Amino acid sequence: AVSLPFAVGQCGNQVGCRFWDLALREHAAVNKKGIYDEALSSFFRNVDTRSGDNGPDIYKGKICSLKARALLIDMEEGVVNEILQGPLRDVFDSKQLITDVSGSGNNWAVGHKIYGCQYRENIVEKLRKTAEHCDCLQCFFIIHSMGGGTGSGLGTFVLNLLEEEFPEVYRFVTSVYPSGEDDVITSPYNSVLAMKELNEHADCVLPIENESLFEIVNKIHQMINSGKLGSTVKQNSLVTSSAGSAKTLQEKPFDAMNNIVANLLLNLTSSARFEGSLNMDLNEISMNLVPFPRLHYLVSSLTPLYTLADVNVPSRRLDQMFSDAFSRDHQLIQADPKHSLYLACALLVRGNVQVSDLRRNIERLKPSLHFVSWNQEGWKTGLCSVPPVGHSHSLLALANNTCVKPTFIELKDRFMKLYKKKAHLHHYLQIDGMEQSCFSEAVSSLSDLIEEYNELDATKGGPRIDPSRLKIAV
Amino acid sequence: MSIVTVQLGQCGNQIGQEVFGALCSDIRGTHGLCSKKENESYQDSCKERFFCEEESAVPVARAVLVDMEPKVISQTLSMAARSGHWKYSSHSHFCQKQGSGNNWANGYSVHGPRHKEAIMNLVQKEAEKCDRLGGFFTIMSMAGGTGSGLGAFVTQCLRDAFPTSFILNHVVWPYGTGEVIVQNYNSVLTLSHLYHSSDALLVHENDVIHKICAQLMNIKQISFRDVNQVIAHQLGSVFQPTHTAGGGSGYSRNPLGDLMETLVPHPEFRMLGLRNIPQMPESSLPYSTFSWPGLIKHLRQMLIANAPMEEGIDWQVRPPHPSSIPSTNKPLHFNTSIANLVILRGKDVHSMDLGSFQDPSLYTSWLNPQDAFNAWKTPRAFNKYEKSAALVSNSQFLLKPLDSIVGKAWNMFASKAYLHQYTKFGIQEEDFLDCFTTLEQVISSYTNL
Repeated sequence: AVSLPFAVGQCGNQVGCRFWDLALREHAAVNKKGIYDEALSSFFRNVDTRSGDNGPDIYKGKICSLKARALLIDMEEGVVNEILQGPLRDVFDSKQLITDVSGSGNNWAVGHKIYGCQYRENIVEKLRKTAEHCDCLQCFFIIHSMGGGTGSGLGTFVLNLLEEEFPEVYRFVTSVYPSGEDDVITSPYNSVLAMKELNEHADCVLPIENESLFEIVNKIHQMINSGKLGSTVKQNSLVTSSAGSAKTLQEKPFDAMNNIVANLLLNLTSSARFEGSLNMDLNEISMNLVPFPRLHYLVSSLTPLYTLADVNVPSRRLDQMFSDAFSRDHQLIQADPKHSLYLACALLVRGNVQVSDLRRNIERLKPSLHFVSWNQEGWKTGLCSVPPVGHSHSLLALANNTCVKPTFIELKDRFMKLYKKKAHLHHYLQIDGMEQSCFSEAVSSLSDLIEEYNELDATKGGPRIDPSRLKIAV
Repeated sequence: MSIVTVQLGQCGNQIGQEVFGALCSDIRGTHGLCSKKENESYQDSCKERFFCEEESAVPVARAVLVDMEPKVISQTLSMAARSGHWKYSSHSHFCQKQGSGNNWANGYSVHGPRHKEAIMNLVQKEAEKCDRLGGFFTIMSMAGGTGSGLGAFVTQCLRDAFPTSFILNHVVWPYGTGEVIVQNYNSVLTLSHLYHSSDALLVHENDVIHKICAQLMNIKQISFRDVNQVIAHQLGSVFQPTHTAGGGSGYSRNPLGDLMETLVPHPEFRMLGLRNIPQMPESSLPYSTFSWPGLIKHLRQMLIANAPMEEGIDWQVRPPHPSSIPSTNKPLHFNTSIANLVILRGKDVHSMDLGSFQDPSLYTSWLNPQDAFNAWKTPRAFNKYEKSAALVSNSQFLLKPLDSIVGKAWNMFASKAYLHQYTKFGIQEEDFLDCFTTLEQVISSYTNL
């Protein structure tokens, strides 16, 4: 089953680039024989390029030329051009790119209304072509940021489009939310306008905050530079490192942070690509983690952040990995799931971990977590045999938890600060198709969402009254 | 008579492969401890039941493999072939690409009808290879989407296409603390549907098998493979050939039919539990000695006290005194039976008297104890155990776990959580209510024994 990532905008494409790089590295580590297998086919086509770039797809046999199943969309050329000149240039062909020159000016309306309209047919056509090459299309991934214009506006336009054209294919969105100190003044507007689209058209959203990524990167730097005796880190195991390079200094500023997001996506799809004793496919993630359609925001955490070079892994260290997954500083947004309410939780383990390790840790951690009354045992688990590169095991935790609420409340507050003064509003309203009601509807949608989380939180710690069972006449 | 096995979903296929592996390794083993003639008869009977000799060098399992994603079947086929001693037919599997997403409705209402023809064609082909078809054995988990939903649909199709054949569903119950969040919904939907088309449900609970792995088998890092191997051993101990009581000198020729006849006297009561004794790591076998009286005494108490294994049995539990009023004064924790089947394998089986299992106080009042209890025996030892005993029981074994699953599912249903995932594939709230009603009825029936 195929997953199709769309990278939209500058952030989306920078993350996307890291994703493809790491995906290739991961498959190269596993696929020693150079045979094009089922695992590779979920992200890559195998093209016979001997007769040129337009050669036919080869479905079996030796790897000839791998092409990523992807669409790269940006309304500026800078980032995409860089990708096409870099080491990944052979992984993409021009039919997968949609670019323009002038960008969206950090304006959601420009991205959504103007470019959306302008490029709609082009996108649909390229989308259909890409989908045609797929044996069985299971899922779309949109990778974008919320605070700008292209990723946010055009990205959510694409989301709508996907729902219209391929209603049965799941839509997962990885959204990078702006921080309070974001240098784009209008990022709250862009984010809230985009949120309405995510509320209504996404199956699952994985929110990411730059602050959290930044803190993780710092934590790793500190650890490396602390020079602790006996702790040499496997360079390629760092959740922040790029494929093949140990030269962290030469990486671009956001690369380390983007690698974390890329690893998130790799881990999320690992069980769908590689074998294991308890497979966890993407449609299962959506099924188990979304109890009500609008509550589809999943807080993610990745552990370990790095692996030490010594090979021996006592189970104590394994258990530490589980504990870390629930700690505040491993979450990819500024949130503390332990002190909020869980609606559902998924644990996807990779590597040499067995069901007894999973059970032991669930039993151990359960008492300190708060689950909603109708889902007291709400755990979804998966075991994938293949670990990520550089690790012997790893864990991805996905939580549907009310701890996302503060992120949304802050976003709404920042939005209201601007909106009350009508600051910069004219930049949006002058765009064809934009009206004041777009703003009021968007913030209303966000308020409703926050209210749903409030209602759930109100049940936390309250008395548990189990509904009475059906009575049978004897 | 031959049995066609249908392996459904990841669990069904992983277990199926271990079962055929265990059967094959047992018949190839040299620890039969019986006469050559007996051994040969046993081997032939097993092969007829489960394998097809075809033109190939190794026996081919009589099985159809079904899954909605390709990875597990691919692994199952290659692991079987790698053993070198048996394999699956290369034309007996059906798979798709995208899985069922742990969604019962997807398995039942979408995949079922869509792939019915292809799957039933494979089943028909396997059935035709049998000289005499003894029935179907399906293996599935009830927690996920394929084994559970598609499994329920396929069982119905089997019933429709083979109205006079026996159908035994082996159902794996998931760990209580989640493998799948919607597992209780999927379980309720599966069990209620199976109740209408299957002859009997033979149940294994992951929690119970896990305990056996931890405490009896001494496995430190328990994997699903370990769990599946214990399950396969227990199933093998039931399905390997035996002589039935009145069956004359040969091995029983109708295992599924005999099983149903002895254990399912009433259609309302179809839940069968399985216990096996002894269980220990293979390395301990040479150092252990067994006595039939000891084994039988433990097995009987496991039945009475509803103990999952031979360690930690509550010996305080006693059957009610015969003079006390039945069903109102039954002591707490006492497991009432409708019917029991004990299977003995190994040295000196015929010397063992099983009168203790015929005690009327173990049973409900509506069957003659002679009819409620049956024993099958064979002097041929199973899987390197010099003596082993299995108990297949139609009793209150599964009452508590069933009640727990229905309770949790009801709790979730009352909040309407996840229902939109099912309604989008055509399973409505009313359908859920029907299923709850069916199972509450089953719970009530078993409670009032």
